[in-house]
Amino acid sequence: MPVLYTTDHEWLRIDGDVATIGITDYAQSQLGDVVFVELPKLGRQLKKAEAAAVVESVKAASDVYAPISGEVVEVNDAVTGDPTLVNSDAADKAWLFKVKIADKDELSGLMDAAAYEKHTA
Amino acid sequence: MDADLTTPSPLNRTPLHALHLARGGKMVPFAGYEMPVQYPAGVLKEHLHTRASAGLFDVSHMGQIALRPKSGKVEDAALALERLVPQDIVAVPPGRQRYAQFTNAAGGILDDLMVANFGDHLFLVVNAACKAEDEALLRNALDGECVIEVLADRALIALQGPKAVEVLGRLSPGIAAMRFMDAGPREVMGLACFVSRSGYTGEDGFEISVPAADAAALAEALLADPAVAPIGLGARDSLRLEAGLCLYGHDIDAATTPVEGDLVWSIQKSRRNGGARAGGFPGADAILPQIERGASRKRVGLKPEGRAPVRDGAALYADAEARDAIGAVTSGGFGPSLNAPIAMGYLPIPHVAAGTRVFAQVRGQRLPMTVTALPFVPHSYQR
Repeated sequence: MPVLYTTDHEWLRIDGDVATIGITDYAQSQLGDVVFVELPKLGRQLKKAEAAAVVESVKAASDVYAPISGEVVEVNDAVTGDPTLVNSDAADKAWLFKVKIADKDELSGLMDAAAYEKHTA
Repeated sequence: MDADLTTPSPLNRTPLHALHLARGGKMVPFAGYEMPVQYPAGVLKEHLHTRASAGLFDVSHMGQIALRPKSGKVEDAALALERLVPQDIVAVPPGRQRYAQFTNAAGGILDDLMVANFGDHLFLVVNAACKAEDEALLRNALDGECVIEVLADRALIALQGPKAVEVLGRLSPGIAAMRFMDAGPREVMGLACFVSRSGYTGEDGFEISVPAADAAALAEALLADPAVAPIGLGARDSLRLEAGLCLYGHDIDAATTPVEGDLVWSIQKSRRNGGARAGGFPGADAILPQIERGASRKRVGLKPEGRAPVRDGAALYADAEARDAIGAVTSGGFGPSLNAPIAMGYLPIPHVAAGTRVFAQVRGQRLPMTVTALPFVPHSYQR
């Protein structure tokens, strides 16, 4: 499954018309120890670029923006129960929420892994 | 103490700058200095290490000032300084220090500081972000009686935690005889240092003023002890918040009085109405009546009932539906030793009793918080 990235350090794994969304390992390393995660409500209609979730470290709160528009169809309760998952496995187990993609054209502006690596270099 | 006003570059560097980089410190701008916010261990581990063992903090950005009496009598410097602070400085014996505040004409706090009696002069430690203003204030007000010497060629290292006394004792035999708030010249590793048994974490510990040229060698010697880890500003902030200690510019500032800041304990009876040297400091006519009649609001501890941290600036409400805010959070975050979010803020007196429930506005929601006695984590000072 292709994984795409945003300039705000979110990743999206695309599976048919559903995108699984999380923050990148680079993002978690910048945030430091994560102590709290707040996820969007199921069924919420997200618009691209709006604040969808919050990841908080000891130091500060960081918004996670919706990389694409669509309905929230699943959230990861494991990560709200154990926010340290974001530090230990940001790219997989600490996925945050899944969105039913409203407009596949919105994916065209996102980066692939190579481009994201350059972005954070 | 301490404040976090950031200023544009070029940033100053402390004598421990290279040590921070060598140990992987993540450097950030802080009060005009390039300072480590954390090391590779991270804020949580650094915080818990300090509470369990010993942490080393570079606080060289803070201002160190000697007030030397022109008369040669330290009481004259103490009397002069009492014109700027509501504390009894005359009564501080040689070898002791005291917490104080510079106040303005309205009774607001210009800075908070430590004042030590070194026998023939006073030694002050002030906040980094305020040190230029503090120096000007001292020069304007005390020039007649005192020589004001800014000790720019000294670094300041804090060693905090239950193992601090044992670690420092190896480099400075006899240091364990110091009690909490003792302060004075001491030899550490043969170096001419000023040592106080105090700090900003709620733990037992020391602050060591050392000549800048020797600071890195002293810090490395302390860090060579396996009990000691370097600690950044992130954990410094979470430690002081758990200890209920004020961050200047947040929990206290020019618009809050010491009474509102719940710092009445720091104003001795001799400076209050009826005392031997009552008043005579800026804002006395605002502060002294407040001590007797109370202020209309007060700084309190706040515990969010949920897991979400409530940060500095969040508005506070009496109930979940109230339209008008009654106060605000001034410091807030996560307390690693409590494994829970904690905060401090200001509330009107009818809402300050421990156990009172208020609501904080966070991302459009009203989150319940409970007023909680400070400190959140008991102090372990060696009195």
